[in-house]
Amino acid sequence: MSNINRLFKNQLKVINIGLEAFYGDLKKQKVEVIHVDWRPPAMGNKKMVSLLNRLKS
Amino acid sequence: MVQERIEAANKETVRIMMEGQPTLIGVGTALKDIPGMTPKTLLHAGPPITWDKMSGPLKGAIIGALIYEGLAKNEDKAAELAVSGEIEFAPCHHHSSVGPMAGVTSPSMPVWIIENKAYGNRAYCTLNEGLGKVLRYGAYSSEVIEMLRWMEGVLGPVIGETLRLHGPIDLKSMIAQALQMGDEGHNRNRAGTSLLIRELAPYMLQTKFDTVDKIDVLNFINSNDHFFLNLTMPACKATLDPAGGIEYSTIVTTMARNGTEFGIRVSGLGGRWFTGPSGIVKGLLFPGFTDKDANPDIGDSVITETTGIGGFAMAAAPVIVQFVGGSAGDALNFTQRMYEITEAENTVYRIPALNFRGTPTGIDIRKVVETGILPNINTGIAHKDAGVGQIGAGLVEPPAKCFEDALEAFVEDLEIKGQL
Repeated sequence: MSNINRLFKNQLKVINIGLEAFYGDLKKQKVEVIHVDWRPPAMGNKKMVSLLNRLKS
Repeated sequence: MVQERIEAANKETVRIMMEGQPTLIGVGTALKDIPGMTPKTLLHAGPPITWDKMSGPLKGAIIGALIYEGLAKNEDKAAELAVSGEIEFAPCHHHSSVGPMAGVTSPSMPVWIIENKAYGNRAYCTLNEGLGKVLRYGAYSSEVIEMLRWMEGVLGPVIGETLRLHGPIDLKSMIAQALQMGDEGHNRNRAGTSLLIRELAPYMLQTKFDTVDKIDVLNFINSNDHFFLNLTMPACKATLDPAGGIEYSTIVTTMARNGTEFGIRVSGLGGRWFTGPSGIVKGLLFPGFTDKDANPDIGDSVITETTGIGGFAMAAAPVIVQFVGGSAGDALNFTQRMYEITEAENTVYRIPALNFRGTPTGIDIRKVVETGILPNINTGIAHKDAGVGQIGAGLVEPPAKCFEDALEAFVEDLEIKGQL
């Protein structure tokens, strides 16, 4: 049995990072899950990341 | 090097905010007391705006104020005068003032006078008109005008004389107490209003006004849980004004909305406004109204969140969710998220449910842009048409654009100065 199949035969404990919809879907399926409210820096806006980096000098 | 300068400037900005001592010293009149006010000046909430871009409630409040001042006989004449260029429209914030919702302040209106005893600056705000059809929500029918005249002729003078007998009232302590009694200082002001009545009533009885007037004034205050809002707001304004103009500071010192645009000002960027479209407030509407009736976000009351109360102190007021929607757990979460975007924890405004942790204070534009977390604002909802009034209350966020534009301007400013 592959490791991945072994994993899914166990009771899953999931940490969901980022998109909250995945957390909601697992909750509905009664999977034990906690959600981490993570977003990429400046929501992925490269211009803003560059401006922020300039202020870190 | 730049980062160190910013950190030092931000600490200084927040230190000034914490040291503020907003104190109620009296009731004056807009024309006489507000700096730069003229007989033809009308102040409004939010960033600068022209008549053609004003939303329904702001236009309604302007019409009502012109009728109240005797400058126009009716709605049509008031609208004609408003477009004529004869009337100067200016943000309350440009005149050391703040105004809830439309925020319209006209020359004859009585105003609270707040002095920041630590720095000597003053701030002003009209007295709260109560609920229902009121000028601040854009209503201007005859009963609205009549109420404004009663406020000018009775409410203002009675409270003014009461305060002369009582002496100054320390608003910082009163707001701190109210937060420990279930208020958050923006959308829930029941405790603050009650504390104010407790201070004023014994001295009001000693004034020489008619007993009927004194009873009317006490009943008026007692019937309006938001009466204290018009004191928390100028208390916050008086606290924040000395924190403006600190070089290298990325702390927000103004947030305000005029019903069309949301604007912010940043300490290290002087008086410049950074604006974006006002959002739609999500919350609970009074029976008979739908989301389509709602005006975009309006009012200077977001000065409370800028100071670390209001939506930033929702954990102090879990009962507020009955008014704005959500669960008591949401109220705790809203406050906890705001620690991610602020510089400090307030040394005076504390939250019992968070083991007396100080409220998140001093919004840093860098943190807002980096985390993508926007300030949480707890506010009323005005009908989009002039003359209708309040239709609900809820939560809203400012547009991210304000913070992104301010960050860009901040970097440009440092480049021009040769610091980057």
